Amino acid sequence: MTGRITICDSALEAVAGIADGATVLVGGFGSAGQPVALVEALREGGASELTVVSNNAGGGDHGLAALIRDGRVRKVVCSYPRQSDSWHFDAAYRAGAVELELVPQGTLAERIRAAGAGIGAFFTPTGFGTPLAEGKETRVIDGRGYLLEYPLPGDVALVAAHRADELGNLVYRKTARNFGPIMAAAAATTIAQVNQIVPVGALDPEHVVTPCLYVDCVVRVDRDVILSGERQ
Amino acid sequence: MSTLAGIDRDALACVVAADIPPGSFVNLGIGLPTRISNHLPPDSSVMLHTENGMLGMGSGAQGDQIDPDLVNAGKLPVTELPGASYFHHADSFAMMRGGHLDICVLGAYQVSAAGDVANWHTGRPGDVPAVGGAMDLAIGARQTFVMMTLLTRDGRPKLVPECTYPLTGLGCVSRVYTDLAVFLIQPEGVVVRDLFGIDFGTLTALVEVPLVDATQKAIP
Repeated sequence: MTGRITICDSALEAVAGIADGATVLVGGFGSAGQPVALVEALREGGASELTVVSNNAGGGDHGLAALIRDGRVRKVVCSYPRQSDSWHFDAAYRAGAVELELVPQGTLAERIRAAGAGIGAFFTPTGFGTPLAEGKETRVIDGRGYLLEYPLPGDVALVAAHRADELGNLVYRKTARNFGPIMAAAAATTIAQVNQIVPVGALDPEHVVTPCLYVDCVVRVDRDVILSGERQ
Repeated sequence: MSTLAGIDRDALACVVAADIPPGSFVNLGIGLPTRISNHLPPDSSVMLHTENGMLGMGSGAQGDQIDPDLVNAGKLPVTELPGASYFHHADSFAMMRGGHLDICVLGAYQVSAAGDVANWHTGRPGDVPAVGGAMDLAIGARQTFVMMTLLTRDGRPKLVPECTYPLTGLGCVSRVYTDLAVFLIQPEGVVVRDLFGIDFGTLTALVEVPLVDATQKAIP
């Protein structure tokens, strides 16, 4: 262990502090940047009544989808819950077992960013004049309509990065960066699963995307597990 | 009902591709618009943006090229081109919303004469709503084009006086590319630039929107 972060031996240990009722920000977009090991550990760990903020609402029978199937998620805040394999969310939603707050993807990202950046609220043109504007404060600025949107902070962020150093500086890979950097900044506690942990000084400071002050806990996960055997 | 042939998806993608100026920064929506990338000339230097955090996206990945860390907005594996860059989601949508992209091409259920677009939700009770990046894309780029079939499967026009499906964005569409005609949404009205296998009279009878025939004029 070095510095103020915790380097955990297992994903289960990393998520052990997540309480019932927590708001959990979960990174990932498609196969890229999904903190699969952390979400699976969260399910094994037993926390319930969770609010999950993520771009999607899980697919297939693993990760977020399994968390929803097991009735552990009270509310999902996301942009795109419906997928060809989102049967667990679809069933829970239709049964009224899970609440959905549908947020346009760019607004979702900006609300998360705002939470990490200390912004009280912001006006965005996205969604103005559409059904998703219902109940929202509006303003016309220079002839264009805007909606008032509020930050979306988390108690915990679960993100997947490519590499961490022992201080918790993170480097991502390709489109796996997606929500990772903004979620890491927006949560009281940020847990990162990474493919590799390197000594302090081994990362080029010019390449660090998430500086270590946003990160509380790092756990190394085998890339084979992350890829679910798809490659390597 | 008479059958109107029009042009097929790839021919339509060709028409759109020909209208994208070299060097443009472009976002191609999921579905039909994705085909446009197959018809951009190799030397066009058009750079494709994908809202999940990449500029300089290449074609779909095959075989050993497939990398789970490199996907497009449709979550399908893609490749990167020399000069590509990666950024996080908030930056990616700032790029879009901030008007830094030249063109966005979307699919749609309906487009109105005023350039309103509906493409995210059928509004049918029981359907799980999902919006993704549709609303940000519709209003973000400098120009928003729609690419769609002109008619629904049961023959109703998708270019309408006012959208009846839930709206995605207001007054944001400037061109509508369809299998039967290309429409320009302009302050003076809806202008028909190209016709494909249909004459202007038949088109006006089909669409409940007043149309201006400009097929004989040179439009830049």
